[in-house]
Amino acid sequence: MTMNGKAMHWLDERLGLSAIREVAAHKTVPVHSATRWYYFGGITLFLFGVQVVTGILLMFYYRPTTAEGFESVRFIMTRVEFGWLIRSIHSWSANLMIFVAFVHMFSVVFTHAYRPPRELTWASGIVLLGLLLGFGFSGYLLPWNQISYFATKVGADVAGSTPVIGGTIARILRGGEDVGAATLTRFFALHVMVLPILTAGLIVVHVLLVQKNGMSTPPWISAARVRQMKFFPNFFLREAMVWYGALAVLGALAAIFPWELGEKADPFASAPKGIRPEWYFLAQFYTLKLIPSHVWIIEGELLGILGFGLLAVCWALLPVWGVNRAGEARTRLVSGAGIFLIAYLAIFTYLGYVK
Amino acid sequence: MKTLLVVLAPVVLFAQAAKDTCVECHTVMDGAIQRPALLIKDDIHTANGLSCSDCHGGDRTSDDPTVAMSRAKGFVGKPKRTAIPQLCAKCHASPDYMRRFRPQQRVDQFELYKTSVHGKLLASGDENVATCIDCHSVHDIRAVKDAMAPVHPLRLPDTCGRCHGDAQKMAKYGIPTNQLEHYRTSVHWAALKNGDLSAPTCASCHGNHGAKPPQVESVAAVCGSCHVLFAQLYEKSVHQPIFSAASGGGGCIVCHSNHAIHQPSTAMLAGPQAVCSNCHEPGTPGAKTAQQMAQWLDGLDAALKHSEAVLASADKYGMEVSEAQVRLGDGRENLVKARLAMHAFQPEEMHKPIEAGMAVAGETLRAGQAALHDKDVRRIGLAISVFFIAITVVALLLVIRRLEANGSGYIEPSI
Repeated sequence: MTMNGKAMHWLDERLGLSAIREVAAHKTVPVHSATRWYYFGGITLFLFGVQVVTGILLMFYYRPTTAEGFESVRFIMTRVEFGWLIRSIHSWSANLMIFVAFVHMFSVVFTHAYRPPRELTWASGIVLLGLLLGFGFSGYLLPWNQISYFATKVGADVAGSTPVIGGTIARILRGGEDVGAATLTRFFALHVMVLPILTAGLIVVHVLLVQKNGMSTPPWISAARVRQMKFFPNFFLREAMVWYGALAVLGALAAIFPWELGEKADPFASAPKGIRPEWYFLAQFYTLKLIPSHVWIIEGELLGILGFGLLAVCWALLPVWGVNRAGEARTRLVSGAGIFLIAYLAIFTYLGYVK
Repeated sequence: MKTLLVVLAPVVLFAQAAKDTCVECHTVMDGAIQRPALLIKDDIHTANGLSCSDCHGGDRTSDDPTVAMSRAKGFVGKPKRTAIPQLCAKCHASPDYMRRFRPQQRVDQFELYKTSVHGKLLASGDENVATCIDCHSVHDIRAVKDAMAPVHPLRLPDTCGRCHGDAQKMAKYGIPTNQLEHYRTSVHWAALKNGDLSAPTCASCHGNHGAKPPQVESVAAVCGSCHVLFAQLYEKSVHQPIFSAASGGGGCIVCHSNHAIHQPSTAMLAGPQAVCSNCHEPGTPGAKTAQQMAQWLDGLDAALKHSEAVLASADKYGMEVSEAQVRLGDGRENLVKARLAMHAFQPEEMHKPIEAGMAVAGETLRAGQAALHDKDVRRIGLAISVFFIAITVVALLLVIRRLEANGSGYIEPSI
C-alpha cells in the first residue's frame, strides 16, 4: 500500500470516509428543462463562503467603536494591501448573495419543490433568507457612515413599531433609546458571531435535508422518466464553472465600482436627503411610506408591520396552502402568488429607489 | 346677590379695561384718519396690551368723543415731529417700564439718537431728518426680527435708502445718494440676500439710533469689528498712517471702497484694475511687490484647484481619497491665511502660508495621481484575473466534454 493509500485508510477508519464517498458516488441530479435553477442554491453557498473569508480578513483591522469604526474601514480601504478589494468584494458579495438567494427561493416556488416531503427544506430556506437579511441589516451599520447611521435609525424605528414587543425589540437592537455606540457593538456581535453560527448550522441542516430528500423534479415532469446526472463529477464540475463565473463578476464589480465609504456618521447632523435602506428593504420601506399615518383607528406603520409579518408567515407556510390533500402542488395558485410577489417587489423597489 | 357681584366684578373690570373706543370709532371712519385703526392690529404695542391712548393720550374707555379726546384727559393728538423721540423715550428710556415687557431690551435709544446726525439736526429744528417713526414705521411697528419690519436686516437698506437715495431730499445736506445702489453690488448684500442675516447692513457700520458716518480714523475699527484679524494686520502695516491721512475717507475703503465692497481678488493687486496702481506707478518696488503677491496667491489657488480636480476624478472612479480631500481643506485654509497676511503688506509674512499651502497642494496632487494610478492597476489586475478565470472555465468545460464523450456520468430512466 502506498503512503497515500495508508493515510486514506487511516482516515477512513476514523472518519468513515468510504461511507461519504459511497453517498457522493450515488448522488444524482435530474436532467430536465429546469435543471439550470439547481445551480442557484450552490451559488448562494459559494457567496456565503466568500463572505466568511472576506469577513474574517476585515475583522483583522475593523474596530467596532463609534470613534474608530469609520476610520478603521477607511484604513482598510486606503492603507491595507488589497484592503479595498476585500471590503468591496465583501459588500458586493453580500448584495449578490441576497439577490441569488431570492432567485433560488423563487426557482423553488415555480418548480414547486416545496411539496412533501420537502416542507422542512423550504422552511429552513426561508429562515436562512431571513438570516441573510439580518446580515445585511447589521453589516450596513458597521462602517459607521452617515447613510448607514440614519438608515439604521429608520430601520430600528420600523422594528419598534411591531405590536407588543416592538419597543423591546428596538431597545435590544439599539442597546438604548437611540442608535449609538452600544448599537454598533451589538450589531457587530450579531454580524460576526450570532448570525454566522445560526446560519452555518442551518445551512448544514438545509443541505442535509436536500441530501436526504434528493433534488426535486417539477410536477409536470415524471421523475421516473427523467435522465439523471451524477453529482460527482458531472454536476460538481458544472457548479465549479458557475462559481468561477461568479468570482469573475465579483472581481469586476469590486474593481470597476469599488464600494464607497461616504462620510462619517454625525448623530447631531440632520438626516441626509433621500435617506433610504439597502435595496432589499426598499419595497417594504416604500410601502410603509405609502400607508397613511392612520387607517381607521390603527397606526399606519403598525398596519404595515402587521401586513409584512402576516405575509412572511403565509409565505413560510407555502407547503401547507400550496399543496392539495393528495400532496400535489396547487401550481396555478402558487405560481400566481409567486408572480404577484415578484411584481410587487420589483415595482415597489423601483419606486422606492426613484422617489 | 353679593356673591354674584364678587364673582362678576373681575369680568366687568376686564371688559372695561379692554374697551378701546379709539379703534372702534376710527375703524368706521373714511380716509387717512381710518388708517391707524386698521394698521394697529399688527403693531407690537397692541400685542403687548398697549393702545392708541398710551401715545396719544385721552380716555379710550369713553364713548363720548369730547371726553375720549379731551385735553383734560391728556389727549395730545398728532405729536409734532420734533416731539416724537421724546414721546417714544417716555417708555423706551425707562428701564422699569420696559422690564415689564422685555427685560433685556436696551433703553439708551434716545440718548444715542441725540448724538446722531439725525438727532442733532432735529434738535436744531430740521424736521426733514429721520425720527423713530421714519425707520420703525408708525401704528404698525413690528419687532426687529419680524421679516415685515422695515428695520429687519433684509429691509433696512431700503428703509435707509428711501431718504438717502432721494436726491431732492439730500440736496441741502450735500451728501451722495448712491449708497443703496452701491450697497446692492456689494458682497455684504450678496451674503444678506442669500439668507445670512448677520451680514452687515447700513446700521452695522453706521450705528442705528446713533447713526453717523464713520470718521477716517474709525473706518478700520468699524470694518475690524467683524474683520478682526485683517484690521490688526492693517493697523501695524506701512499703509496705516498713509491711508489715515488720505482725503475723502481712509483706511480700508481706500482699496475696498465703502458701500460698493466687491469680492476681493488678485485683480486688485495687479493688472489693469489694480487698486495698488492708483498709488504705485508700474515698475516701482511697490508695484512689483503687489504683482509678486498676486502671482503667489494665483499660483496657490491654481495648484489647489488642480489637486481638487485630480482628486475629484479619482473619487468619480470610486477611489477612496477622502483623507486627501480633507487635507486639501488645510491648503485652502493656507490660501485664506495668505490673503489675510497680505494686509500686513510684508511679502515675507505672506510667503509662509503660501509655502505651506503649496506643500499641501503637492501632497494632495500626489495622492490623487496615486489613486488614479491604482485605478489603472486594479483594472489591469482585473483583466489578468478574468483571463485566468476564463482559462479555468474553458478547461473545466473541456474536462466535462471529455468525461461525457461516451455518455459517462448519466443514468438513463429505467422506463
